[in-house]
Amino acid sequence: MNAQTSESRTIEAEPGLKPGMLQTQTTAKTEEQLQADKAQPIKARTRGLKLWYGDTQVLFDVDIDILQNRVTAFIGPSGCGKSTLLRCFNRMNDLVDNVRIEGGVEVDGQDINDPSLDVVLLRSRIGMVFQHPNPFPKSIYENIAYAPRIHGLVNGRREMDDLVERSLRRAGLWDEVADRLDTPGTALSGGQQQRLCIARAIAVGPELILMDEPASALDPIATAKIEDLITELRDNYTIAIVTHNLQQAARVADYTAFMYMGELVEYNDTNTLFTNPREKRTEDYATGRYG
Amino acid sequence: MEFDSAFEARMKKRYRAERRFKGYCITGLATALVFLLVFFTDIIVKALPALQQAEVRITYVYNEESADFPSAGIQEDYYELVSRGWLRIVPKRMRDNPELMGTTEQTWALATDGVDQYLKGQYNKLSEEEQALADRMVAAGNLRLAFNTGFFTTGDSKLPEMAGLWASLVGSIYVMILTFLFAFPLGVMTAVYLEEFAPENKLTQLIEVNINNLAAVPSIIFGLLGLAVFINFFGVPRSTVLAGGLTMGIMTLPLIIISARAALRAVPDSIRQGALAMGASRWQMVKDHVLPLAMPGVLTGTIIGMAVAIGETAPLLIIGMVAYIPNAPETFTDAATVLPAQIYTWAGEPERSYVSRTALGIMVLLTAMITMNATAVYLRNRFTRRW
Ligand SMILES: Nc1ncnc2c1ncn2[C@@H]1O[C@H](COP(=O)(O)OP(=O)(O)OP(=O)(O)O)[C@@H](O)[C@H]1O
Ligand SMILES: [Mg+2]
Repeated sequence: MNAQTSESRTIEAEPGLKPGMLQTQTTAKTEEQLQADKAQPIKARTRGLKLWYGDTQVLFDVDIDILQNRVTAFIGPSGCGKSTLLRCFNRMNDLVDNVRIEGGVEVDGQDINDPSLDVVLLRSRIGMVFQHPNPFPKSIYENIAYAPRIHGLVNGRREMDDLVERSLRRAGLWDEVADRLDTPGTALSGGQQQRLCIARAIAVGPELILMDEPASALDPIATAKIEDLITELRDNYTIAIVTHNLQQAARVADYTAFMYMGELVEYNDTNTLFTNPREKRTEDYATGRYG
Repeated sequence: MEFDSAFEARMKKRYRAERRFKGYCITGLATALVFLLVFFTDIIVKALPALQQAEVRITYVYNEESADFPSAGIQEDYYELVSRGWLRIVPKRMRDNPELMGTTEQTWALATDGVDQYLKGQYNKLSEEEQALADRMVAAGNLRLAFNTGFFTTGDSKLPEMAGLWASLVGSIYVMILTFLFAFPLGVMTAVYLEEFAPENKLTQLIEVNINNLAAVPSIIFGLLGLAVFINFFGVPRSTVLAGGLTMGIMTLPLIIISARAALRAVPDSIRQGALAMGASRWQMVKDHVLPLAMPGVLTGTIIGMAVAIGETAPLLIIGMVAYIPNAPETFTDAATVLPAQIYTWAGEPERSYVSRTALGIMVLLTAMITMNATAVYLRNRFTRRW
């Protein structure tokens, strides 16, 4: 909603713009909106999060609040720990041997590293979209229907049909695949596959969707579709997205976090972060001096 | 760039080396092909005679006397021509069909091995008169070579003309069924556990090394293991399908585990991550996604393992399945013999006519193995997907 009411301006018009800084259009938030966002509930947050792979520390004291119904982007040079941080929210790092985590990660105020927490349940509440589309080598229908079925969310074929259609429509894929739901999901184009993966993720109605460079393997048109989709999903879901593409962060994200070598360097509303960064490192990255 | 003579010489040398290398490869291949050809020709030429068996047309009289002394039922001149094995089953036939009593019947009876060999132009011990008689009967159409149905419908016999492959064929099928039932679930589950569930630590590494070593253990050792564990410890009766199946199962297990693990490892991690990320449990991930994708590979490995097992003789030697067992098994606790064991037994018989039966047995065994391997190749090509 906020995106529509806010005025858009080009960054060039922004005071404090340095030469060579991001040449793109972003949606700046008005002062009132920022004020209103202060009241927005926190969907997920980390406190003093440290993570080691074996002996190498990858995350250093990360504190971040992810606001409900907002899109939060993570940017930063390759290897700075963006994916690792994202995977902390649904405990996908559990799959890595020798990983050690300290500090708190909360989703809806609940500590998710609590040993008594059911990780299967947690993951059913949090959707994830990967960098490379990874639809199951099953039919399009089955790709969407799988998670609702194992979680027992629907009764009967009709309800399932409805859910599949609804999910595909939300992901903007329905018109392209309506007449071939029984063909393998792997037979779609890359962009379609990624939208299928998004449809698959939203089918169970997750509260938080984690996207790890969802468009990095796609061409500009497919990317634009995914971005539009993210903007639409924002009303109903909370989205955390990792991206290498600063323009993309500027286009879709309400808030952006800049990470560098495992530290969360700066976290602010997207417009401020790009146009008026507090930290020199953020500015250097945004102007393309490294990364 | 100048192409001087030194450069040209070097080029020539390179091409020569290349031609020489190609030559070696072709020579190797040709040698293998020649051996294969010689082997197959030899087997086929030796086996062909066993496809036919001599039969005599006789008039058999069913009466009180022939019920007790079957040879009394045929004309005396033919006595030396008809197989004693054929005569031996007459009383039973008469008991089963009482209405035969008092009738006479014109029938084709199995000829003795000597006659059979004589008709096939092989070495035989027929006397001059017997040979003359046989010649006269052939001329009269009362002695002939017919398709050897008996070979495929009866079991082993001490009379060469009666010896067939049926019992060992059934034995092999039974043993393979047990091997599969035993090794497949166990092997796949082990592989799934090691690949998908087990943590990476010293213990699992040790297990892994041991499994790989087991696959390289000579098969006769598995026979000793089967003898010690199944027969002596668990009291499974010797020579039985059960003992054979379990022993073969133990032998095939490492092969199945190794190939199943390879097949599981070939499933990309993105599938696992996708499934887990949407809240599937590990078991759901395995059962709904990973295992179905790995199944063609698992089956291929299993079939190849079974093809090895079906041709294996050494372990069965130890557990008593290489023995004179003329009857096909009916249950899993019946004594049985298997194809390679039968071939082994025949190969050791002194009578010449076992040579062709041995060769025909080898052909049947090879056909079974080639069929299994072809199925494996088909499965692999048909279902293997690339990511
Ligand atoms: N499974 C792992 N085991 C050991 N080290 C890992 C593992 N995964 C990532 N790392 C290391 O952790 C650091 C952060 O990795 P991460 O994948 O989070 O980076 P990233 O910011 O997502 O990079 P990119 O933008 O290239 O995707 C890197 O130095 C990487 O080498
Ligand atoms: Mg990454």
